[in-house]
Amino acid sequence: MRILYFAWVRERTGTAEETLAPPAGIDTAAALADWLSARSDGYAAAFADRTKLRLAINQELADFTAAIAANDEIAFFPPMTGG
Amino acid sequence: MPIRIKPEDFDIALELAALVAGRDDIGALVTFTGLVRGGDIASLTLEHYPGMTERALQTLEAEAKRRWPLKACLIIHRVGTLKPRERIVLVAAASQTRAAAFEAASFLMDHLKTDAPFWKREEKADGTSQWLDARDADASAKARWEKP
Repeated sequence: MRILYFAWVRERTGTAEETLAPPAGIDTAAALADWLSARSDGYAAAFADRTKLRLAINQELADFTAAIAANDEIAFFPPMTGG
Repeated sequence: MPIRIKPEDFDIALELAALVAGRDDIGALVTFTGLVRGGDIASLTLEHYPGMTERALQTLEAEAKRRWPLKACLIIHRVGTLKPRERIVLVAAASQTRAAAFEAASFLMDHLKTDAPFWKREEKADGTSQWLDARDADASAKARWEKP
């Protein structure tokens, strides 16, 4: 599973991109966020307030309740501020 | 290419000339240019999600073309670190008459602000920096297009 982080989420996790194999049972974006949060204080800080986080699965916006699969590309980021 | 994301600056006159070159069915060409504000801001850094950003802008352009009879459309968005007064974004919408072009250009900007994966960080003159929060005003500007 390819996982990407942008903006302050990237700064808190300390990485822009990584490939991980979450254990069985991590089958939603919310479960993935919980699992990632346990990796370090930085990850915990990145995922602490999910109302301030958005996510995409395979480059499509999704909710934390969405199902994820082993080969997905998952991205976590703040609300977008383009233009 | 109707959608471009790149660090380099763009020449508005050249871009618009290229957009309408060889066309005699365009009577209205509306453009919007976004600039970096100054004040206490030393620079503005734009980050994006390569791949998803292009897809999001293509989806947006297709929706604008579905809603209005556009003859041509252009979105150029810069990324990287920009100084005050530099250009950030250019949106152009061309149609036979002006109403569609004005509305489509507004629609594209209102959605680009909230639906395309770009993030802005302001760097201040004192060395501090902060990621900008999404603005409620931008969300409500977008919401007006959702009314039936």
